[in-house]
Amino acid sequence: MRKRWLKIPAAWVTPLGVIGAVIAVVWVGIAFTARLWVPFDPLGQDLPRLQAPGIDTLMGTDALGRDIFSRLMTGASVTIPLALMLVLMSLVVGTLIGAIAGYFGKWVDELLMRLTDLVMAFPTVILAMVVAAALGPSLFNAVIAAFVVSWPQYARMTRSIVLGLRTQNYVMAGRLMGFSPFKTLRVDVAPNVVGPILVLASLDVGTAILLLSGLSFLGLGAQPPTPEWGSMISAAIQNFDSWWIGLFPGLAILTVVMAFNFVGDSLRDIFDPTSQVSRAGARS
Amino acid sequence: MGNTPRATRGYSTRSPLVGYLLRRLGTSVLLLFGVTVVTFALANLVPGDPIAAALGEGAASNPATVEAYIQERGLDQPLPVQYANYIGGLFQGDMGISLRTAQPVASDLAKAVPATVEIALLAIVVSLGVGVALGSLAAYRRGKISDQLVRVFSLIGLSIPTFWMALVSFNFFFLQLRIAPGAGRLSPVLPPPPTVTGFYTVDSLLAGQWVTFTDALAHLMLPVFVLSLFTIGLLTRFVRTSVLEVLDADYVRAGRAKGLSGSRLLFGYVLRGASLPILTIVGLAFGTLLSGTVLVEAVFAWPGLGSYAYNSATSLDLPGVMGVGLVVGVVYLSINFAVDLLYGVLDPRVRLA
Repeated sequence: MRKRWLKIPAAWVTPLGVIGAVIAVVWVGIAFTARLWVPFDPLGQDLPRLQAPGIDTLMGTDALGRDIFSRLMTGASVTIPLALMLVLMSLVVGTLIGAIAGYFGKWVDELLMRLTDLVMAFPTVILAMVVAAALGPSLFNAVIAAFVVSWPQYARMTRSIVLGLRTQNYVMAGRLMGFSPFKTLRVDVAPNVVGPILVLASLDVGTAILLLSGLSFLGLGAQPPTPEWGSMISAAIQNFDSWWIGLFPGLAILTVVMAFNFVGDSLRDIFDPTSQVSRAGARS
Repeated sequence: MGNTPRATRGYSTRSPLVGYLLRRLGTSVLLLFGVTVVTFALANLVPGDPIAAALGEGAASNPATVEAYIQERGLDQPLPVQYANYIGGLFQGDMGISLRTAQPVASDLAKAVPATVEIALLAIVVSLGVGVALGSLAAYRRGKISDQLVRVFSLIGLSIPTFWMALVSFNFFFLQLRIAPGAGRLSPVLPPPPTVTGFYTVDSLLAGQWVTFTDALAHLMLPVFVLSLFTIGLLTRFVRTSVLEVLDADYVRAGRAKGLSGSRLLFGYVLRGASLPILTIVGLAFGTLLSGTVLVEAVFAWPGLGSYAYNSATSLDLPGVMGVGLVVGVVYLSINFAVDLLYGVLDPRVRLA
């Protein structure tokens, strides 16, 4: 019976989820191996400039004579790991804060929730842009800025779950047995939080990629010559006639984000059959 | 989320709605105060030298000029004093002078805000129309192929990088097909209509300038289309869920049993019942639209809040950045306040206590 973990329940295998998972795995694979097999140096400027897509250069070259295909593939190793790291960071911090707020209640809750209110009083990109500009344009600072705007949704969701659980008999029973707050949170509360948070996180990977590439597009994230998708698209503004410069990086972003959204949406069907759209879905 | 069950407090004999609204207004004002602290703190985090940025290389190398500039703007005072001055000015409608444009931030923003709100409002209307139609369709055909298609389309809508879509559609419809007008709010030959509301479409109609109206509307098309894709995805998903929830309700079944026609049932019963959650998400969607405009305006050279925010942020224009943060905070908070108000109107059962 212990081999069950290998078996994926039939209900999990939805066409959408499988398609999403396959695309996501392929992109993650590309992210970790691209540097080994791309045909050209992603930073090398030795090809003819503004060459249309052809046999040598699958996706053409940019204004500096760099191979777009090679840059696109290595770009995966810039964006995807950062987005995953960002989501993990927001998840850990947000969930902890939400759990603390929900469990301890009173002024702790009040204080922490007003803090999330404050962050949520701004639309995400605007706040992230201001933070990124204040810290100075760099990819690292863009991640910090994106983190600042994305942890509160985890805190909100965890808090609301914990609030609902706090008065449940089995949680009370644990506390009467002398569980410390953190043991209660770990043993009685955590299993209820994992599902919804996982759904939120899988949908948030897409949001994170859109946010990071958006900041880079505005010049507040990755700096040249880093092969980052958002900044590759902003380079296309200077060369409108060379449509291939901007088209392919955008398709890359679209497919990755779509893959994670497919997976997240399918996960939601499994973990939450009533499919409440969370606040997270509303923020980009 | 709004529908988190709150601890039930005792019913008050006073009008609970008024009490709630006052409390809600109080929190909003406090939150706004917090917004000013955040923007002020962020603006002063800037590691670069905003004075050099404002004066330019030449002037910044002259100590006397720099000194005079610092004196004039009160930049030599301690931060808390600067903050107090800023707040004091705010109460008189003074948001400081932009370091970049050398104009009062308030008047800069007064020009930029209508441009953005015009796009955002139109995009919300479009998204709501399409979203309600697609979402209801998916809910009615639950599990059928059309439901699946709608789901895939809305998920793709949520995955499109807005700035890329702006670029691609601008390239395609303007440069290739030549059916869309170029960047900006109006064609260069046309003068802007006399300012009443700041919305070019409304102002030109008020002035009876038909040509200007059609031109302004044409310039709105692409930005609105690009911005709507995301919110359509968002609203469709949400409308579907909300409609599904009421579709099985007794009162809808009763309506069906009475033999009501499809459209009367949909608008009078189903959508009416689903309107509350939809309203919540519209409030939130407005926030994503404001976010989206930053990225879209950059491509369409649209002289709105997004462009202003971006230009201020990249040229280290502190008063400009703070002004944008404040205005966007105010707009967003008031939208969500209005949504809360509408709750009470749409659903008399909501006690809001």
